This record gives sequence, C-alpha cells and structure tokens, in this order.
Amino acid sequence: MSYNWDFHSVWQYYDLFLLGLWISVLYTFGSIFFGVIIGFLTCAARLSRWRALNAVARIYQEVFRCTPLLVQLLWFYYAFPLLIGASIDNRVAGMLTLSLYVGAFYAEIFRGGIVSIDRGQREAAAAIGMSPWQSMTRIILPQALKRVLPSFINQSVIQFKNTSLVSVISVADLAYMAAVVNGQTYRPLESYTVMAVLYILMLLPLTQAADWIEKRLRVSD
Amino acid sequence: MNAQMQKAAPIIEAIDLHKSYGKHEVLKGLDLSLERGEVVALIGPSGSGKSTFIRCLNMMEIPTGGMIRFRQKAVGERFRDKGGEIGIGTLRRHVGMVFQHFNLFPHKTVLQNVTEGPIVVCKTPKKEAEERAMSLLAQVGLADKHGAYPNHLSGGQKQRVAIARALAMEPEVLLLDEVTSALDPELVGEVLSVIRGLAEKGMTMAIVTHEMAFAADVASRVLFLDQGVIAESGSAEQVILNPQNPRLQGFVSRFRG
Repeated sequence: MSYNWDFHSVWQYYDLFLLGLWISVLYTFGSIFFGVIIGFLTCAARLSRWRALNAVARIYQEVFRCTPLLVQLLWFYYAFPLLIGASIDNRVAGMLTLSLYVGAFYAEIFRGGIVSIDRGQREAAAAIGMSPWQSMTRIILPQALKRVLPSFINQSVIQFKNTSLVSVISVADLAYMAAVVNGQTYRPLESYTVMAVLYILMLLPLTQAADWIEKRLRVSD
Repeated sequence: MNAQMQKAAPIIEAIDLHKSYGKHEVLKGLDLSLERGEVVALIGPSGSGKSTFIRCLNMMEIPTGGMIRFRQKAVGERFRDKGGEIGIGTLRRHVGMVFQHFNLFPHKTVLQNVTEGPIVVCKTPKKEAEERAMSLLAQVGLADKHGAYPNHLSGGQKQRVAIARALAMEPEVLLLDEVTSALDPELVGEVLSVIRGLAEKGMTMAIVTHEMAFAADVASRVLFLDQGVIAESGSAEQVILNPQNPRLQGFVSRFRG
C-alpha cells in the first residue's frame, strides 16, 4: 500500500497549529493554577474537624473523580446553563471544568502527602510552641509537598493531555485546530499526525523532568 | 510574695489528672508538683500511663479530668491565653519536651532545627538565635555538625540535637519522654551525660525512663506509676533501692538483672 504523504499542504496552516498549541498550553497552566487553589482549599476542608465542610469537600471530589472529564465538559457547557438560566461561554466552561476536575485530584494528592508525614513532626513543632498554622506551613507542608512532587507533576502531565477534550465544546485548542486543518486539506493522516507529534514534543520533556526529579528526591531522602 | 515563697512555689502542677481514651482510663487521678530545680523520674511498667502523664504536662495530650497549672495559673484548652487561663502555646514556650523518636525536622539543618523555635515562636532576631544555638550545640558536643541534616546523624547525635532544640526556647521545665529507649545501647551514655549536666545546672525536669541506675543517680524524687496511679513516690533511695510496694519490688528487681 502506498500513500502519498503530503505534509506540505498541512503545514501551510502551521499558524493554526501553533495558535492551537498556545491555547492548549494556556488551558493547561490556567487549570493547573486554579486547580492548585481549589486543591488546597479542598484538602484543607478534608483535613478540618468541621464535619459538614469535610462532607462537602468529599462529595465534590468523588463527583469529579468518578465522572469522565468529557461528561463533565458536556454537562457544564450544555446542562449547567439551563440550571442557572444563563448561557455560559465555552471558554469559561472549559477552564472551569478542567480546573474543578484537576483540583479534585490535586486535593487527594496534597492530602495524601500531609497525612503521610509522621505525627511526631507535628508534635515536635507543637512542643516548641508553634501554632497549628506555623506547624503546618513551616514543618508539615514543606515535607509533604516535596514528597508529592512526582505525583503532582504526573497529574499535571495528564492534565495537558486532558485539555484536548475542550475541543468538543469548540474551544480552539490544538486538537480543535487539527480538525480545522483536516477540514481544509482533507488530509487526516497528516493533520492528526502533526497534532500528535506536537503533543509529544510538549510532553516528553515534562515526563523526563518528572523522572529526573523523582530520582533526585529518592537520593536525598 | 517574698523571695522565699517564690522559691518554694511550684512551677508546674498536675492536679487530680485523668485521661481516658473512650472507655479505657489511662490516668486515674494523678497529682504532681514540680519545684524549680527538681528532677523527677517517672518509672513504671509499659502501659502504666507514665508517657501519657508526661505528655499531659505540656498538653500534648489533653487531660479528660483535673487540671494542669503553670506558675499557679490554670492551663486552658485554647492555644492563646484567655482570661485568667494560660494558653497551650504559652505553656509550651516555657515547658520543653524531648521525644523518644527525636522528631527532628528532616528538611532543616541541625542549626535550623535549633533556631526554628526562637525565630518563629519567640521572634528572636536570626543572628542572635544562631549564636545561641551554636553555644547550645557546643554544650551538647555537636557544634561541628551545625550544617548537617538530621538523616546524617547517629541516634545519639539526633537526640542531643533534639535536647538543644528544646533548650533553645530557654524552658523553665524540660520533659523527657523515654529519650534513650530508641537508641543503640552504646549511644545511651552520651545522651544521659548531657541530661546529667542539665540536672547539675539546676534544670527542672520530669523524666520518663527505664534507666534505673540513671534515675537513681539524677532524680531528686522518683514516682512509680502503676495502672494509672502513682503507686509509690519518694527519694531514689526509697523507691528504687528500698521499695516497699510488692509490684514495685518486682519491677525494680527485673531491671537489676
């Protein structure tokens, strides 16, 4: 079987690919940023002694961890507006969903790190008169965050790939642009291959960095 | 209050102290009064409640009955002082604790472990805190290790750093909770000699220990805890060398070998 590769006609639209890639990067870092904030708050709620708060955080986490991201995107874009009686911009819906989704996972990663720190650390901090806040910020968190860094990076790498789903609600990310280029050129093999290669080029350095960091942390422990 | 009375006034007191975990009562009404310069050793079989008791003295465990008094003032359950009650935070600033498993901060150097309390809790200027920390490290024989991380130290060295960390807060009372129990036998001596030095300098201490010879040597008073009560108390000669209580006789003889 012979196939006439024609990357040239596809690469004419390189600006679309690059714009799409930029949008994907934007959604990745945007949702990581908001996700970290949501994750910290949720984690704090999970660790609080206030039961109601704990339950709310837990329900949020389970809802977002137990439904596919695609389903969440469709729900927030098509169903949520009916619930609140106002339309919602697809870019807002995309960013919101991605952030809530990754926040649920971050919360669990942070929580796991914090509870894995030996109880004696908290006691030692308390014994020199530190407040619970000082103990958390100066003793527990620095150790916990170091411990969860590899899982955090892994989750963030997955998040980059997950952003491709916002294309189904017409956010013009890399996946969406690849479809656009395909529509213009009728060259699906080339269009989607370029897209895949761009994803690899973005993510390979990140996974390598994650491995390197994980190895370094293991040595220093 | 004249100077004479002040000297006799207890620094820290436990009054009818009770502690239960669910239905299990670990402490069944204990009283203790520590005066300045006193060294009290708490001995007893495991499960007798001696660790729980010493941990109640700085509210590491919150008693379920009775109270802790510090400088004749009741200690509350809040972190800060409120009304006439002393807060847990204030209590712990003045009552240091050293743990069986050291609990050094692994992400901080030896020096940072020692300066952490003064800088963060007492707002001591960094330079001043470091100078003081270095002299404390010299006192425990570890000045040359100030830049090392805890994971690179032996157990005995870790425990000596932990003692320096507690001393950096300039505590009025030091609580030592089985501080040599996790150490290899050959490292016990170096930690005990540091504690002995503190006792000679007049540091007020409550010591939970299994080292009978050490307790007999440094303690001005020995308490034998058994099943959640103080079963016998008195001088080291009375309690360790000449026990009356049959359970205490059995306990002490096991350590004599």
